[in-house]
Amino acid sequence: MQFRLTAFTTAALGAGALLPNAAAAQTMDLSIELPRIRVAEYHKPYVAVWLEKEGQAPRTLSVWYDVDKRGGEGTKWLHDLRQWWRASGRTMSFPADGVSGATRAPGVQKQRLVAGKGGMPALTPGQYTLVVEAAREVGGREVVRLPFAWNGSSATATAKGATELGAVSFTLKR
Amino acid sequence: MKYRKPLLALAAVTALAAPAAIAHRMWLLPSSTVVSGTDNWVTVDAAVSNDLFYFDHRPLGVIPAITQPDGSEGKAEHHNIGQFRATFDVHLTQQGTYRIAVVNQGVFGRYTLNGETKMIPRGTTKAQLASAIPAGATDVQTSEMLARNEIFVTQGAPTSTVFKPTGQGIELVPVTHPNDLVADEPATFQFLLDGKPASGLYVTTILGNGRYRAAPKQMEQRTDLQGKVTIKWPEAGMYWINVTPNAPQPEGEGPRPQAQGAGARPAQGAPQGMGGVPSGRRVSYTTTLEVLAP
Repeated sequence: MQFRLTAFTTAALGAGALLPNAAAAQTMDLSIELPRIRVAEYHKPYVAVWLEKEGQAPRTLSVWYDVDKRGGEGTKWLHDLRQWWRASGRTMSFPADGVSGATRAPGVQKQRLVAGKGGMPALTPGQYTLVVEAAREVGGREVVRLPFAWNGSSATATAKGATELGAVSFTLKR
Repeated sequence: MKYRKPLLALAAVTALAAPAAIAHRMWLLPSSTVVSGTDNWVTVDAAVSNDLFYFDHRPLGVIPAITQPDGSEGKAEHHNIGQFRATFDVHLTQQGTYRIAVVNQGVFGRYTLNGETKMIPRGTTKAQLASAIPAGATDVQTSEMLARNEIFVTQGAPTSTVFKPTGQGIELVPVTHPNDLVADEPATFQFLLDGKPASGLYVTTILGNGRYRAAPKQMEQRTDLQGKVTIKWPEAGMYWINVTPNAPQPEGEGPRPQAQGAGARPAQGAPQGMGGVPSGRRVSYTTTLEVLAP
């Protein structure tokens, strides 16, 4: 009886079905720096964060846009996040639960993503790329890519943008 | 008077048969091709000119046919014909790909009856041709034109309903979706002639905004055995694509020869005007494609 229970529990952990906490153990702490840009007309950028894995459909983790505009008008400019729009955005509907969020001010913006919540999936081991794209009204657009290998326990990556994004980094832990 | 009439008539046939193909380029230019959200408008400039996409010659005033993603007919709104360009708006309320088309179709020709040369009335369709030519007419010469000029606009994710071929003239079948074009990725399109893959078609690709360039960015290609052509974009921008069965002809070199390239119809050698089948034929396909930066 003792053995069987253990085996059952392990299977449940793997599936992440019976014990949501087990899946939730995958936590990504994301840090995105939005540079302060001195221009006559400044608007906070639209930002998309998504995850790519070869052979799989890209997964949107987070989109910051004018989520509160009346009549969903903020979605009109989502396609300006061009790479994200093509990779994932155009097949989604908005607002996306746990994915859509308001635009953020310049500075270091932190976000915690937990597997199984919002757009964050539970990752199986393999090669991934976390992609961050920022597009600013009457401004520019930039994409930063952070490739990483997920071994099931921990991963971290850092990259730096040149114009619309500053330092971008994350720590992924189980 | 007797002499002048046939001459005039013949000139009219030549001029009407391919009004834009000989001299100028017909184009439709959308304000956007890829849009997000659920309720958008696009506006389209429609004009005939040499330089792309500068409206400095004639408007293209035909009311366009709009096909919505679900296959139903849409509406061109606020249609206006100005001195140099026509404009109209399309209200996008469905998710998917819209087609905005100007199809120029008609039969032109003449015949001789009782020693007098007569024109087939303007606006005659292929189906009406047999009845348009009276019994006893001789020296029947007709020419059918089917010039398809269409553009695509996608709200949300691209769809393919509007690419269902009609089997008439030259049509585009996406291998790469025309609203999914990025400068660093070559795009492949298949072209059909009367519903069948057409090899050897001449495909001309010209990048717009030529006014600010010393040499035009232009590519000449031909479709392969499957009617396919792969275009490598030199950069992001709006491109004008023109597809014809004949080699594109430099301006001012007189009437172009009748279809004889690979994929051309055998109508050329068929008995002229017999059974109401147009004896000459001019088909073409034109589109404007937006290629985005990666």
